[in-house]
Amino acid sequence: MTIERQSSALPGENTTSKAAGFMRAMGAVVWKDLSAELRSRELISAMLVFALLVILIFNFALDLNPAQRREPTITAGVLWVIFVFAGTLGLNRSMAVEKDRGCLDGLLLAPVDRSAIYFGKVLGNLVFMLMVELIVLPIYSLLYNVNLFNPGLLLVILLGSIGYVAVGTLLAAMAVQARTRDILLPILLFPVVLPVILAAVKASTGFLDGSEMDLIRPWLNLLIVYDIIFSAVAFMVFDYVVEE
Amino acid sequence: MIKVRKLVKRFGLKTVLRGLDFEVEQGEFVALLGPNGAGKTTFLRILASLSRPSMGGVNIAGYRLPDQAAAVRRRLGVVSHQPLLYGDLTAEENLRFYGRMYGVSNLQERVMEVLELVGLTTRRRDLVRTFSRGMQQRLAIGRAVLHDPDVVLFDEPHTGLDQDASAMLDTVLQEVAARGRTVVMTSHDLARTADLASRFDVISRGVISASVQRDEIDPNDLLAFYRQALQES
Repeated sequence: MTIERQSSALPGENTTSKAAGFMRAMGAVVWKDLSAELRSRELISAMLVFALLVILIFNFALDLNPAQRREPTITAGVLWVIFVFAGTLGLNRSMAVEKDRGCLDGLLLAPVDRSAIYFGKVLGNLVFMLMVELIVLPIYSLLYNVNLFNPGLLLVILLGSIGYVAVGTLLAAMAVQARTRDILLPILLFPVVLPVILAAVKASTGFLDGSEMDLIRPWLNLLIVYDIIFSAVAFMVFDYVVEE
Repeated sequence: MIKVRKLVKRFGLKTVLRGLDFEVEQGEFVALLGPNGAGKTTFLRILASLSRPSMGGVNIAGYRLPDQAAAVRRRLGVVSHQPLLYGDLTAEENLRFYGRMYGVSNLQERVMEVLELVGLTTRRRDLVRTFSRGMQQRLAIGRAVLHDPDVVLFDEPHTGLDQDASAMLDTVLQEVAARGRTVVMTSHDLARTADLASRFDVISRGVISASVQRDEIDPNDLLAFYRQALQES
């Protein structure tokens, strides 16, 4: 006869130890992603080379005169196209690494809240994306002769990246299950992340052309709200997304 | 330790498991035999809480699946034909990572113990991508038993291994089972399982079609038993 236990908690397990377990698992996933990337440098180098190529392509394709190059609208637009394209590459690769060797199953087998795995992956991806952005900004400044070291712009880049990575990691976990994952992710991601890109471009333009804070604030608020809503949605649905 | 009742698993219109019943006592080593497509891996994925049953009840160590999946996972180790290891981390780093995920106490000590168990102490600082398939599979077993689970599930662990690597893996498997753990292993390699398991179950067309204890059958008759079970299902 099989004994059926009523609670899934271990003896002595309480909310504090659950929270500690959540943080420990999240930290372990971040540590694992950063350690593997520091060793292989596959993801960062691919994102970086791609970002630099896009900068060069825009430089030639738009054929802008020096005054046009410093236009805040163009700068903000080109910057966010670079971040979004390079970010998609990183998100795809980050989940593909988990899937290709069956490691996603290894993560899902761990007795932790699966949203800890999601937030761990989000933090890892965010670090990679911010690293690429920090390298792209001075190069872009140099090539387009525009000063991008504006605290407001850096804040927008941080908020926009959080929203982009929060949605992107969730959709990458969904797309990685499909055979056509490489093409599926951008198709799923771009429509959903459109409000982030729109708000980020508008807020970036506002900071670059020195607009009044009253004009920028609605876009910043939209970014913050989007970041919170999508982090909450991902927290709730990640378990279902990764399960068969 | 494991009790499965009327388990059904459907993928769209295709029914893979058709009311499967299965029971394993603590300390038993059950070899789950069956041809390709019989539902072995699907069944093991449900036991591992990686897939939800469409119908039926699964109870492991007193906990129901899928409702109490986290409690089941604490007591479960899984080895599949993929190693579930990160190639860009060393053997030791892989075990430390999984140890943190499982909340293993005295982690460094336990990692060294497990590396000793699977015979990889001298290679602990090497990247896993430099390991042979056999070494990766041994490390995968180390990963699966790191948190000292009550139940270990093996999904065709010998896949892709040569004779020497398979023999070495068998030694590790015997050690894992000798520590009183309950083991369920899927395989279609009858010769390999004959020396390892204490019970042989045949899965065919989504149900357990036959079952025999090791002491009830001559190892030489295992192939005939298997063929007969498939014919009758």
